[in-house]
Amino acid sequence: MLVLVAVCLVMLVADLRFRYLEVLRQAISVVTHPLQVAAAAPAGFVRNGAVYFATLVEVQVENAELRGSQVEAAHRLLRFDHIERENEELRELLGMARVVVVQSVTAEVLYDAPDPFARKVILDKGARHGVSSGLAVVDARGMIGQVTRVYPVQAEVTLITDKEQAVPVQVERNGLRGVLVGSGRGRLDLRFIASDADILPGDRLVTSGLDGVFLPGLPVADVISVEQREGAFRRVRADPIASVERAIQVLVLGRATPALARPDPSMQIMDGDDEIKAD
Amino acid sequence: MQPTHRSNRILLPAKTWFVYLSLFVALGLSYIPTGRFPGIPDWVAVVLTFWCIREPLRVGMGAAFVFGILVDIGLGAAMGQHALAYVILAYLATSVSRRVLWFPTLQQALHVFPLLLLTQVIMVLVRVVGGAEFPGGWYFLSSFTGTLLWVPLSILLLLPQYQPLERDDNRPI
Repeated sequence: MLVLVAVCLVMLVADLRFRYLEVLRQAISVVTHPLQVAAAAPAGFVRNGAVYFATLVEVQVENAELRGSQVEAAHRLLRFDHIERENEELRELLGMARVVVVQSVTAEVLYDAPDPFARKVILDKGARHGVSSGLAVVDARGMIGQVTRVYPVQAEVTLITDKEQAVPVQVERNGLRGVLVGSGRGRLDLRFIASDADILPGDRLVTSGLDGVFLPGLPVADVISVEQREGAFRRVRADPIASVERAIQVLVLGRATPALARPDPSMQIMDGDDEIKAD
Repeated sequence: MQPTHRSNRILLPAKTWFVYLSLFVALGLSYIPTGRFPGIPDWVAVVLTFWCIREPLRVGMGAAFVFGILVDIGLGAAMGQHALAYVILAYLATSVSRRVLWFPTLQQALHVFPLLLLTQVIMVLVRVVGGAEFPGGWYFLSSFTGTLLWVPLSILLLLPQYQPLERDDNRPI
């Protein structure tokens, strides 16, 4: 008994603390996968059944809403084309790198992951469809999470409301940066905001893109309360903009790796170095 | 009332393939995605407890460990979370098996309840220490539903052992 308990404890530490066991998990999941697929079938029946029995009125209401949002989207798209062209020209004028064109995959949320200690969902697209670990997942309104584990035809997304999920964000109004972490119960906390920082309830938080993983500018959350506390930091609470825990149709955005060439060491910096050395 | 072994019939030995088949069926049931709906019993824990009490020489901590790992991987939980809880569950279940079998099925369920609850407490402790959020009090409801399952499950899993090899009306088995 003691041997097995010790093995379990070692595995727990290796997995939770150091994430060493992903290879082992992938290997054994090949065995368990068929059973999982078979077990997921009833959930699929229930989901399809709910769609089948949706009433005509519901469909009509939804249709009207979709028409409305389509008109709005079309109007925005027209402007977007124009602005994108303008942006490209301006970038060319300034000699800046091009904005990365991102490949994305549409996916559907199959079900909540069964682990009750974490807030995760399972998507119906996996490595075979080009989903890879670390990608951002958004719904129509904003970011909902990040892909944390990829199986051949499924992927696990950790929602931004999970306690272990952090998103680097900035305040849209003034560019103030911070790290947004799930606080449990569907809320978010903006960490490490200095007590004299300019942040107000109602501010919108968007991804800052500083991590090189998420695209910059994705809407994430709205600040709902700012409390002054003892110490150097404030307590800033935020609510997610996207319907994080109820999203069904989602988009897995490609990686924001800008195809930048390594810049040549410019003369100015070289000169500066020489001067410092000379001093 | 003094408990007696009168409540038990003479049974055929359980077949190894049936024991493991039932464990795999439980594993499949536990893989059914039910989201955050509370009170879904931990099927593998209940079936494992059943066999640890009925066949302590055949099913024990080794099987508990293997099935724990399979549950961990299938549910996307931390590796070793269910394995640890099940190994301790199997240890306790095998050690109380001789005593528990003296009682009728309903009272056996009362013995099983603290075991299942302890299993869940271990898992909560492990994950909360690991930094996860506490899933709320409703999480423990599945111990209660698991206990309620004990009686129907005992009948179901003992059915093959009730079947005599050949029918004989004069034989008590």
